[in-house]
Amino acid sequence: MAKLILSMDNLVLKEIALNKERTTIGRKPSNDIQIDNLAVSGEHAAIVTILNDSFLEDLGSTNGTFVNGNMVKKHFLQNNDVIELGKYKLKYISEQPSQAAGGNYEKTVVIHPKPGFKTGEGILHNLQAAEQLQPRPVDTIPDAATAAKLAAEAKSVEQRPIAAEAKPAAEMRPATEMRPASEMKPVAEVKPAAEVKPVAEMKPAAEVKQATEMKPAAETKPTVETKPAAEMKPGTGLKPAAEPRFKPSELKPAVEVKPVAEAKPAAEDKLKPSEPKPAMATMQQRPSVTAEVKSARLGAIQILTGPSAGKELDLTKSLTTLGKPGVQVAVITRRPQGYFITHVEGATFPLVNGKALDAQAHPLNDHDIIELGGIKMEFFYKAA
Amino acid sequence: MSAFEREFMDLSKALEITTATDPGMVRSHNEDSIAVDATSGYVILADGMGGYNAGEVASGIATAMLGTSLKQILEDAEPGKIERESGETLAVKILREQIAGANASIYQAAKSQPQYAGMGTTLVIGLFYDKHLSVAHLGDSRLYRLRQDEFKQITRDHSLLQEQIDSGMITQEMARFSLNRNLVTRALGIDPEVEPEIHTYEVEVGDVYLLCSDGLSDMVEDDEIQLTLASLQANLPLASQQLVQLANDNGGRDNISVILVRILRHLPAGADWIGRLSSWFRLARV
Repeated sequence: MAKLILSMDNLVLKEIALNKERTTIGRKPSNDIQIDNLAVSGEHAAIVTILNDSFLEDLGSTNGTFVNGNMVKKHFLQNNDVIELGKYKLKYISEQPSQAAGGNYEKTVVIHPKPGFKTGEGILHNLQAAEQLQPRPVDTIPDAATAAKLAAEAKSVEQRPIAAEAKPAAEMRPATEMRPASEMKPVAEVKPAAEVKPVAEMKPAAEVKQATEMKPAAETKPTVETKPAAEMKPGTGLKPAAEPRFKPSELKPAVEVKPVAEAKPAAEDKLKPSEPKPAMATMQQRPSVTAEVKSARLGAIQILTGPSAGKELDLTKSLTTLGKPGVQVAVITRRPQGYFITHVEGATFPLVNGKALDAQAHPLNDHDIIELGGIKMEFFYKAA
Repeated sequence: MSAFEREFMDLSKALEITTATDPGMVRSHNEDSIAVDATSGYVILADGMGGYNAGEVASGIATAMLGTSLKQILEDAEPGKIERESGETLAVKILREQIAGANASIYQAAKSQPQYAGMGTTLVIGLFYDKHLSVAHLGDSRLYRLRQDEFKQITRDHSLLQEQIDSGMITQEMARFSLNRNLVTRALGIDPEVEPEIHTYEVEVGDVYLLCSDGLSDMVEDDEIQLTLASLQANLPLASQQLVQLANDNGGRDNISVILVRILRHLPAGADWIGRLSSWFRLARV
């Protein structure tokens, strides 16, 4: 079960188990975690926990909720995330079920889709893995319907029907596809917290802009959202305005897109993600795959003969095909151990250093000469 | 049925099917099970779950029962025929009935044998007939299609994570960090009744279909799967090996199973004589 460790000035105050579907944090005594400090709003934040995943939600607090130094509206908590409210810190620890269950945690188990399911029939409690996955009594497992309801609740607590938030997160665009700033409502969020009015009273963007423009420059630093997406650099550009007196950006990209960009290894070619956050890097769960498993050293081939002689081709992808489809094709695969060449199609097999391949994958060594369809090429490792 | 008739129902000339299954790098057992038959035109993949070897038993029962019964039924049936009362094709009806039968068998076995208590299996079945593919699935085993440059996931997982994605709670990109993987909301053999999701699609010559267990789709990005299929589609056995290898190179945390199906030519129609005749002319032209 996941837990929070509450501390102030590096002094651990207490540990709180996240054993409820919804754990509230705030100054008022009605909260599950009460923090009696003026910097903390009466109802400051909430954590929704669904089985092994926990989601932090700012409830419109005056001074904002920070995770690892970034202001968040809604955040999918990862192991070792540090939540900050004023001077207080809450460290999120999700106990890796892998250790507890001896590696069985990844086994697939069934949760019942229908509410009102009777435990006596027996799905979960019979499964050893499931017990570790699910510390709560079986009948409280959020079934699919509950999960959806929770999601709906999670949305409704925000009480801010801003377009970007109201959209299901799945539809949110990645940073690179973000609309140009002109379409967004960039400036409204820059107002100091004291001035923030309920949404219904919010001024049209144009007016607000005027209002903010009148303020001293120091207070009206444009948030990054005002830049067109094309100018944004992941990691730097996506950092939200950090001044605690400002309302967090309502247009989620600043906060939410950042982890997305980092989490997507597929995007590495396109946008060079910034250094992954430590929280991500230490995650043992299914680390993002492709990035780290390819051969560490980059290989390339250079064409030696034929019309394209001299041309060089970096072997960056997990596989690169060579040759003419329908005639003769070979594939070079990039693996953790290095590069391999395999015959794909055609009556003749490629030669490596003058020797014909068989149907098996053949490891490539630095400066091997490949001959394919009458063209010679050299495989080599690029200098690091 | 005469040998002459059977010849026209033989889909093996229209379908190229290859399979690969591997326990992966971590698990000692392979709880996945597959069954394919190019002649009858079915492909079945099941990913079992349950303690000890119960997962293997469940997925094994599923593929063995469904394989045997489909083969038998398809010898005399016209899967493309529209059922009058329901308006659905016979293929859909066959799939629903046979899945219900396999479900009951696994459920009964799990109830009567304490060591199999709680066992179940995911399932994805593809039935090819008469220019169509009917797909039934339960759980998080998937079917993908590569059609020219477009690579698409056809089935939608029955899983908690998919529900969370659908409800907007978590983005597709963040889903990879979820600890709520492997929680399926539908499976075969868990309850006395089961409701498979069944859809029918048109197939085109040149399509490549991939059926896989989550051991592949959790370990290898869709982009990489697409690149592999697109690059190696001339050599399907190599493509299936490469997919398994990719999953293992990425950690191979679960059993990996892959079925690849390529549509070589139009699927002959069923046993009605007009269909046979037209397919005979089609075949004669080729």
